Amino acid sequence: MNIRHDPDDATPDGGEPLRHVRRPLPHDSARRHVQGTADYVDDVREPQGTLHVAIGLSPKARGAIRALDLSAVRAHPGVVRVLTAADVPGKNDVSPAAGDDPMFATDRVAFHGQALFAVLAETRDAARRAAAKAMVEIDEERPSVTIEDALARAETVLPDYGFGRGEVEPALAAAPHRLEGSIRIGGQEHFYLEGQAALATPGEEGDIHVLSSTQHPTEVQHVIARVLGIPDAFVTCEVRRMGGGFGGKESQATQWAAIAALGAHVTKRPCKVRLDRDDDFALTGKRHDFRSDFRVGFDGEGAIAGFAVTHNARCGYSADLSQGVVDRTMFHSDNSYYLPAVRIDTRRLLTNTVSNTAFRGFGGPQGMLMIEHVMDRIAWATGRDPLDVRYANLYRPGRDVTPYGQTVEETDTLRALVETLERTSEYRTRRAGIAAFNARSKVLKKGIALTPVKFGISFTLMHLNQAGALVHVYQDGSVHLNHGGTEMGQGLYQKIAQVVAEEFGIAIERVRITATSTGKVPNTAPTAASSGTDLNGMAAKIAAGAIKARMAARAAERFGVSADEVAFRDDRVFAGNESLAFGDLARDCVLHRVHLSEAGFYRTPTISWDRAKAQGRPFLYFAFGAACSEVRVDTLTGEYEVTRVDILHDVGRSINPAIDIGQIEGGFVQGMGWLTTEELVYDTGTGRLRTHAPSTYKIPVASDVPEDFRVALFPNANRQETIYRSKAVGEPPVMLANSVFCALADAVHALAPGEPVPLDAPATPEAVLRACEALRGNPLPPRDVG
Amino acid sequence: MRDAIRFTRNGQVHEVRDVHPRTTLLDRLRLAERRTGTKEGCAEGDCGACTVALGRLVDGRVVYRPVNACILLVGQCDGADVVTVEDIAVDGALHPVQEAMVTHHGSQCGFCTPGIVTSLFTLYEEGERPVSRAAVNDALAGNLCRCTGYRPIVDAALDACAQPRDRRFEAHREAAAVALAGLERDGGDLFVGDESRFFAAPASEESLAALLALHPDATILAGATDVGLWITKALMEIEKIVWLGRIASLREMRSTPETLTLGAMVSHADAHEALAAIDPDLGELMRRFGSAQVRASGTVGGNIANGSPIGDLPPALIALGATLELAGATGTRTLPLEDFFRAYREQDRAPGEYVRAVTVEKPRRHDVFRCYKVTKRVDEDISAVMGAFRIHLEGRRIVRARIAFGGMAATPRRAPHAEAALAGLDLDDELAWAPALDALARDYRPMSDHRASAEYRALVARNLLFKALAESAGDEDLRIAPRSSGRAAAE
Repeated sequence: MNIRHDPDDATPDGGEPLRHVRRPLPHDSARRHVQGTADYVDDVREPQGTLHVAIGLSPKARGAIRALDLSAVRAHPGVVRVLTAADVPGKNDVSPAAGDDPMFATDRVAFHGQALFAVLAETRDAARRAAAKAMVEIDEERPSVTIEDALARAETVLPDYGFGRGEVEPALAAAPHRLEGSIRIGGQEHFYLEGQAALATPGEEGDIHVLSSTQHPTEVQHVIARVLGIPDAFVTCEVRRMGGGFGGKESQATQWAAIAALGAHVTKRPCKVRLDRDDDFALTGKRHDFRSDFRVGFDGEGAIAGFAVTHNARCGYSADLSQGVVDRTMFHSDNSYYLPAVRIDTRRLLTNTVSNTAFRGFGGPQGMLMIEHVMDRIAWATGRDPLDVRYANLYRPGRDVTPYGQTVEETDTLRALVETLERTSEYRTRRAGIAAFNARSKVLKKGIALTPVKFGISFTLMHLNQAGALVHVYQDGSVHLNHGGTEMGQGLYQKIAQVVAEEFGIAIERVRITATSTGKVPNTAPTAASSGTDLNGMAAKIAAGAIKARMAARAAERFGVSADEVAFRDDRVFAGNESLAFGDLARDCVLHRVHLSEAGFYRTPTISWDRAKAQGRPFLYFAFGAACSEVRVDTLTGEYEVTRVDILHDVGRSINPAIDIGQIEGGFVQGMGWLTTEELVYDTGTGRLRTHAPSTYKIPVASDVPEDFRVALFPNANRQETIYRSKAVGEPPVMLANSVFCALADAVHALAPGEPVPLDAPATPEAVLRACEALRGNPLPPRDVG
Repeated sequence: MRDAIRFTRNGQVHEVRDVHPRTTLLDRLRLAERRTGTKEGCAEGDCGACTVALGRLVDGRVVYRPVNACILLVGQCDGADVVTVEDIAVDGALHPVQEAMVTHHGSQCGFCTPGIVTSLFTLYEEGERPVSRAAVNDALAGNLCRCTGYRPIVDAALDACAQPRDRRFEAHREAAAVALAGLERDGGDLFVGDESRFFAAPASEESLAALLALHPDATILAGATDVGLWITKALMEIEKIVWLGRIASLREMRSTPETLTLGAMVSHADAHEALAAIDPDLGELMRRFGSAQVRASGTVGGNIANGSPIGDLPPALIALGATLELAGATGTRTLPLEDFFRAYREQDRAPGEYVRAVTVEKPRRHDVFRCYKVTKRVDEDISAVMGAFRIHLEGRRIVRARIAFGGMAATPRRAPHAEAALAGLDLDDELAWAPALDALARDYRPMSDHRASAEYRALVARNLLFKALAESAGDEDLRIAPRSSGRAAAE
């Protein structure tokens, strides 16, 4: 990997050369990270008298609560108070929308591990030990654990929803070839390294200040106010940084902050929640798992004529964000392919498992993996190279309208990107070499796949596409930067500091990055949907630009020039033949009563989505990418190794290429984990999650990443007027990992060319060996746990 | 009798008396010292966010190894120098691995970073040069990062370790050596607490036997890589702990041309080289045993005494042929290792007895040894199936074989039916192998769990035996990582 800094890229269209934007600056906290001096919630020095909170978990997955005897819990040494739903002065509801997530279960439990109560104790150890002493009696009912359980009971968290175009059944019937199938796609635990945490401190007259590890401070504020029955204005939520989020702290950081706040409200003492890792696994939702059943009709070239899919999504016990998540699965069931006649249906199934939630990609990855599997199925059926089948279906002019009516405006980018990667990865040469290897190797088989990514950028819930920023210039010329976006490792704070330093023409060290706070920027959207830089970067630029305009006016007045003759660069302000230090102008502005503070606001233009009519332009633009992965499989054990990965990815014109490449590589590896070793196993009888910690749930480690890992940025300015013509980069790279899954299937396919490979995700060694055995004609009996 | 745990921190001797015996080093650092750079990510020794470097005197020099502070008890730091991420920069100047992590964009959210920095610090300070990509991967196998995809971290490590060695930390090391040598002069027993609640670390086997006779209910602690989880996860009310870490006779290793004897307290890190010398597959098994952190803490005796059905060492040792030595107040006894494991988590160990050593028979001429560990993730994972084979050949004919599997039964267990069926087989007659392969179905009835299904385990066991036979017959290209690549121990 090399980070190339394209000199052409450093000049905005016809303007001054850029000094901060497009530079590969390190993460704003990098030096603190490596010294252990970057503080997370649990590292902040606790106020005196802080109580520690542990959660009491349901031992059953479904049933009525007959008795909850907490006397032994209360009697445990060090326990100060036990909280239940009865202590909630407001609403016992921490859901983001649907009102179906009780903070503490009351009459019934709906999943194994659901929160029943909370213990407040002098130490965390005492709280945890006390929580284990509850006597809980539940009239246990058979839980719905699998997708099939939920289908049999026909229980859903949200209504079925579908959309499509054209007449699918005639198109299928008329197609020269047809096939149907089903793929199971597993969920994924976020495994943010910092577990859920919040510290709530009571203030005057019911005020609450909460430090929360959350992607959505506004939601935390709002839910605390709802639970405590107080106005939002009484609550301030602050977050300096998270130790990872990935969607897991979008809607599901609120419950822990709200419990801490309730404890603070009840005891008038600060209260801290920091979930134990096993509790975090049990209590917080994951990526949705799916069974997607499809039918496709196609011609001899593999070009699709008609396509129908039903996505059965396992949502868990409540709606949470499942509407948006499963809708995004639908929006990405085409990936990069034109589907002439198409029908996409979804079922949002209720299971007695923790409520599945946002996870990087937000449903998109499942839709895209499904259609990539369909591409492979068509290739195996037609005998064509899987890449050629993909080309046959790739969006192109005239065949460029998505199933939901939005036109793909950059079909040229998509095709150029895939063709470039085909060439640079030497796909064709390697394909031939692999075929030769497989012909002579009995046990070891190699596989290769090249898959594209097209990912829609914007929240599909329209009102979330807004952001605010607050910028102050102080009289010494130092700048206070605040905005609604949160820092979870993605480098957002630094990117926006680069934007503001650029705007003012000052050294980046003058820009002080400050913790996100609902007291500074209100009513924010979550930092999610890859939108952090697009939205908050614009808001910060607007704020800084407004201050700069007033400073320029003052300089113009002082030096007798027009405002457009004033330039800001190199920490100085130039006006005609005069110049002065930026700090001196700031001081001068204060003396002349010029306002040096501004709240910037931005909302995404152009977009629209009518869900009932299933029409509109939900996305401002698409981000593109492609990856080519090669694997080697041991067909006696199912073990495998990813031997080479080539990635070409479109981030528009990068604000910070080092940070963007970090997102691409990290997203790819996270996606690879989802599709390979990360397996969530529930007891089918009890609904208990058996993979509950890193000892049993295996995310990638260093040796899983191929040494031959080639990542490059695709030079391409965003055609939309985004911040410095960049493109969002948070989520799209996850789906580059589809190439690893398809490469594994390709390797297995070598055992019986022409046969469909029944490989489900995650492709664990067991799943791979099962696929091998099926191709050998000795399928293993279906797996059942518990 | 000493009544305080003593360790050093930045040249200062810390004496700890008022501490619960089950207090972890991580809680000590974060709650008592308020040094919060070291993080808790999982509290079970699997993510590495809590990695600290533990230095111990080896031949007059302090040698630092990475350990998981979340499952290391404070008492186990007795006689050690504890270095955390806050201690690595010298006079405000970042350590080379810290500087390289910044330069290469090796941190994103930063939460795993202190542990990663500490692991790379031990690699930098103790690793052999040049440092290979494989060595970096091994150093990082116990450190999970969810953000970066590791590439920039690996690049940072390779870059830092390719530069001329920075000697600034040597002053710390030398000062620690002086301080630890002072502590070591007191060779007496350690006992912190009272008769009902204590952390004890006897200095001799005599003291140990006497203490265990007095407190047969005490928990015997070796490396705490499993007992640590009894504390942090199961919340067991362990009140009496007897740690074996100060008994020199339990750390002895003896090698003869025929046998290798490993004392119970030989760490996996220390056993690695000796086992790798027996066979490259054993070296690879040890390389994949837990992580660098787990291998530095965990011990051979602990892995055996713990009796886990999925412990990796017992099947390999049983297949080689191993004798276990137990000791107690009434003396010592020996038994074949396979006989030690009676039933699920039930071992042939009387109250007051402890595992003293294990002696394995090295393969001889005409012996083929193979072992294979099959996991979901290659590194730092617990076996779904672990198979070990010692096959004695006469020409192309199998005379006898010893087979042992982990993950296939409630205990590590031999395969008598398959062993019997192998006797007399011709390696060149692949069709004749079937009865032996089929016999495994009579030897094992594996279970389904979250690691693997019963049917997968059964099939893999059969295929591993096939693979061992095929490799004995001379077939190559039957595995992802070639056998020759088993890296020699370098820890």
